[in-house]
Amino acid sequence: MEPILNQLFAGVSYGSILLLIALGLTFTFGQMGVINMAHGEFIMFGAYTTYVLQEVLGKDQITYAFLLSLPIALVVAGAMGLLLEMTLIKRLYGRPLDTLLVTWGVALVLQQLARDIFGANNVEVVSPTWLEGGITVFGIDMAYNRLFIIGLALAITAAAWVVVGKLKQGRRMRAVMQNRQLAGASGINTPSVDRRTFFLGSGLAGVAGVAITQLGSVGPNLGTNYIIDAFLVVIVGGLGHLRGAVIAALALGILNSLAEYWSSASLGKVIVFMAIVVFLQFRPQGIVASESRGLA
Amino acid sequence: MQTLGGFVSTREKGSRFWLAAILVMCLSAFVAVGCGSDDESSSSGSSTSSSADSGDTIKVGILHSLSGTMAISEKSVVDAEQLAIKEINAAGGVLGKQIEPVVEDGASDWPTFAEKAQKLISEDKVAAVFGCWTSASRKAVLPVFERNKALLYYPVQYEGMEASPYIFYTGATTNQQIIPALEYLKEEKKVKKLFLVGSDYVFPRTANKEIKLWAKANGMEITGEEYAPLGSTEFSTIVNKVKASDSDAVFNTLNGDSNVAFFKQLDGAGLPSSKLPIVSVSIAEDEVRAIGADKVEGQIVAWNYYQTTPGAANEKFVKAYKAEYGDDRVTDDPIEAAYVAVYLWAEAVEKAGTTDVEKVKEASKGLEFDAPEGKVVVDDENQHITKTARIGVINKEGLIDTVWESDGPIEPDPFLESYPWAKGMTPVDG
Amino acid sequence: MTTFVKSFVPSNRSEWSSRATFVAVAILFLFVFPAWLSDSRLDLMASYVTYAIVALGIAIAWGNGGMLVLGQGLFFGLGAYCVGMYLALVEVGGAPNLPQFMTLLGSQETLPALWEPFNNVWFALSAAVIVPVTLATILGTLIFRSRIRGPYFAILTQALAGAFAILLIGNITLINGTNGITTSFSEIFGLSLFEPADQRVLYTIVVIVLGIAFLLSRQMLKSRYGRLLLAVRDAEDRVRFLGYSATKIKVIAFATAAGLAGVGGALFVLVGPKIISPASVGIIPSITMVVWVAVGGRASLAGAIAGAILVNTAEFEISSAAPEYWLYFQGALFIGVVAFAPKGLAGAATWLKEKVTSRGSSSTTSTSKTAEEAA
Repeated sequence: MEPILNQLFAGVSYGSILLLIALGLTFTFGQMGVINMAHGEFIMFGAYTTYVLQEVLGKDQITYAFLLSLPIALVVAGAMGLLLEMTLIKRLYGRPLDTLLVTWGVALVLQQLARDIFGANNVEVVSPTWLEGGITVFGIDMAYNRLFIIGLALAITAAAWVVVGKLKQGRRMRAVMQNRQLAGASGINTPSVDRRTFFLGSGLAGVAGVAITQLGSVGPNLGTNYIIDAFLVVIVGGLGHLRGAVIAALALGILNSLAEYWSSASLGKVIVFMAIVVFLQFRPQGIVASESRGLA
Repeated sequence: MQTLGGFVSTREKGSRFWLAAILVMCLSAFVAVGCGSDDESSSSGSSTSSSADSGDTIKVGILHSLSGTMAISEKSVVDAEQLAIKEINAAGGVLGKQIEPVVEDGASDWPTFAEKAQKLISEDKVAAVFGCWTSASRKAVLPVFERNKALLYYPVQYEGMEASPYIFYTGATTNQQIIPALEYLKEEKKVKKLFLVGSDYVFPRTANKEIKLWAKANGMEITGEEYAPLGSTEFSTIVNKVKASDSDAVFNTLNGDSNVAFFKQLDGAGLPSSKLPIVSVSIAEDEVRAIGADKVEGQIVAWNYYQTTPGAANEKFVKAYKAEYGDDRVTDDPIEAAYVAVYLWAEAVEKAGTTDVEKVKEASKGLEFDAPEGKVVVDDENQHITKTARIGVINKEGLIDTVWESDGPIEPDPFLESYPWAKGMTPVDG
Repeated sequence: MTTFVKSFVPSNRSEWSSRATFVAVAILFLFVFPAWLSDSRLDLMASYVTYAIVALGIAIAWGNGGMLVLGQGLFFGLGAYCVGMYLALVEVGGAPNLPQFMTLLGSQETLPALWEPFNNVWFALSAAVIVPVTLATILGTLIFRSRIRGPYFAILTQALAGAFAILLIGNITLINGTNGITTSFSEIFGLSLFEPADQRVLYTIVVIVLGIAFLLSRQMLKSRYGRLLLAVRDAEDRVRFLGYSATKIKVIAFATAAGLAGVGGALFVLVGPKIISPASVGIIPSITMVVWVAVGGRASLAGAIAGAILVNTAEFEISSAAPEYWLYFQGALFIGVVAFAPKGLAGAATWLKEKVTSRGSSSTTSTSKTAEEAA
């Protein structure tokens, strides 16, 4: 029983990583129909933000550097997203497949940029001491960094829910997503809402990047490892639905770690993918479906 | 803005414009392909390297991944090769000529490696190529070098079972690294139960096959064997399996990136190095720098060279490397092997008096060089070099202290012919 | 049948001129290149020609069918592995000998059942087409029936290619994982893959296959089916309301693209670097394939061919000239062409032609202008 419980915990923690990286996408892809392949590179730059802060503040201020990098990465990645939106993506609304290819080009450039700025080698991000080690509860080994990521995923999802569901800004975002023309006609400045949404979605990628520094090393290829998984979460969850994304991330995380346990790591991934294809047979619009979709 | 709609008419007009399109294509293809082939002689298939030393410089190729997933490891190796070339040039070059490196990007893509190797040989007419890191890239270029009778110097420890007449192997083969590490575990650490963890590719698979044969002959129990996909950062499952197996030690053949996640997750599961020793054969100083010394402090590694290896040759090398690339950079085994490769080639060329491949091969037989790792000798037969095995422990500065050393350099034995237990390893044509 | 034959007979002047161009290009590829290029360059060109075959399929499915196929690496890889397995067996003298990597890994005692049939060259060659087509038909039926389209379809195919690469990497004992299948000596139909004279024959075969594939694809798009495909691309629901099965139409295009990718893959292992490994089938190579077609002009078959050959040639040259910075060029090409010149080379060609035939005509749009610059 213990191994299964441990696997379940591993699944939940993997699921919360998926949720963190997919959350930004539920905004940009889900709400705006923009397929941003550079999302992974925003995650990467978020991770590098942590590294830079840590170098600037010195090795004895690790905790501050880490906590401070959460908001700063949000701004850095958000600003990069904003720049991308204003220069390229706004030309491509209504051409979702083209945004995919263009942002892939952007991703290539950003990867090379990271290589030229920070070097081709991976860099070390020191973990705060309070994130090292772990506790064992009922035979389940829970690493503190994993617990932290689960907590962070919960907190950010809650914050995103408040923004989208309760604030004026969120109402405008939903209005534009559901019917752009009507929203525009009702006096909403749609280009401005687009920019804000894109800022938020990209910024969340940066925050996810900060969390990921606690799991592995930070390097120019960091983003590519996560991007497809993130898209699958959004598709399975249903476009633009936070609730769907949460369920999908957890389900995929748990399925992945169980499949991995009973087969092998490689086969586990393939099993998960097959499950997704089968699932979409029955619910092509995802777990949570909306009445109208922006994309056809 | 809305350009998609235009396609309907595009298709209707298809036959009118595909003509023009093809014209444009031909013209540009002509121009583009033409520039590459201008300098090529029409006689191909014969030995092309004889022209390498005509002119004022001698060209050599450097073929590593500067982009893609492998750039992380290979960039430092390129730096080492450039440094060696620079030093040799400063000292007057070879045969009185300066060495001119031609750098190509293998882009972590095996077909690209083969294409670029071909280009270096037949168009740049390089005298030798220093290149490759992964076994996959080496296997991809091997036929190219053998067919063109050109030289490759390969600077990374690998799984053995190969001895191409046109490749010089300056990294360790298994009997210079893995077998000494196993003996160390058995004799010094009294390990009885060993767990094998590796990335899922040819080096860990072959290494673990050898380890299992060795363990059988030496009465060690293998408690598990797990492989993670290359580049994987999810190790919860494997860590759970390691924990459940109650092993004395772990033999780790994970590749680069994955190590960070693996060590972090082991630590999180309450298995620090003091409780469960791990011997790694793919973590060197350069990787430690990225992982963070505090996470791997006290872990055991097996190589042939460390930055701390004593000797005047190494002091000079480390100093030169840091002066060239910055004080924060470190040297390690593959970096040193790449540096040695360039010197071995240069010495052989000086000895042969020409860059002609066959003569350089002949001059390399028994060639000795005072390398940073100590004196190395090129083997007459298999073109590997002798190497001293060194077991080290990672210290808190991220450097590695030698704790055990083989009695002098070990002769390379890529096919493990001198080990009776390894009978099952030798391939048919070995 | 007569209409089929008739469709090859030119009906007007522009048809005649396009026929002439086809002959000119054929002469270029079959005689000029071989006479002019060195052995190794011609071998490299042969691998670009196999890419062009893959690109034809993408132009059909994406440019004309509106389905962004981001997982062509899957079908390319299937075709390539089928033939690669045959070559690996030839290298060791045929079954029941084990391919070299299996002996090295010691993973298998006897030849696995999966490998057995690939000892036969005809089986290997036909499997290289049949397997991708069958898989695409099944997947396509499932996907299109549940009306998964647009970006959903693109990301699904992309994930498919990713999963295939992971599956290959994970199966080291069966198909040599990351290293893939490579031979240092092998032959097919008595043609050695490593002898320059035989390589030239293989080049000619590859070019002829491309020519045939081009003509057949062109007929396919000119037929009634081609018009239906366009209709589905531009207004799928309307086609459905008119009583056609949009699913069937799309599946045919998807399967054709898969088949062409399989043919390209099967030929790919015979020329150039002669390697097939997961590095050529995953997500990144699959996207790269789409970019060739985007550069060429997504709906144009000739553009697709031109794009595949030019982009690869350019990348080879630029990465040699600036090995540290060429990724910037590649990224810029992506962004420039797709964002500013969606009609690619073909668009540039149209613009040029229009400019020549009707001076100052009104249809010179800004997009095609930038297309020319990007080209």
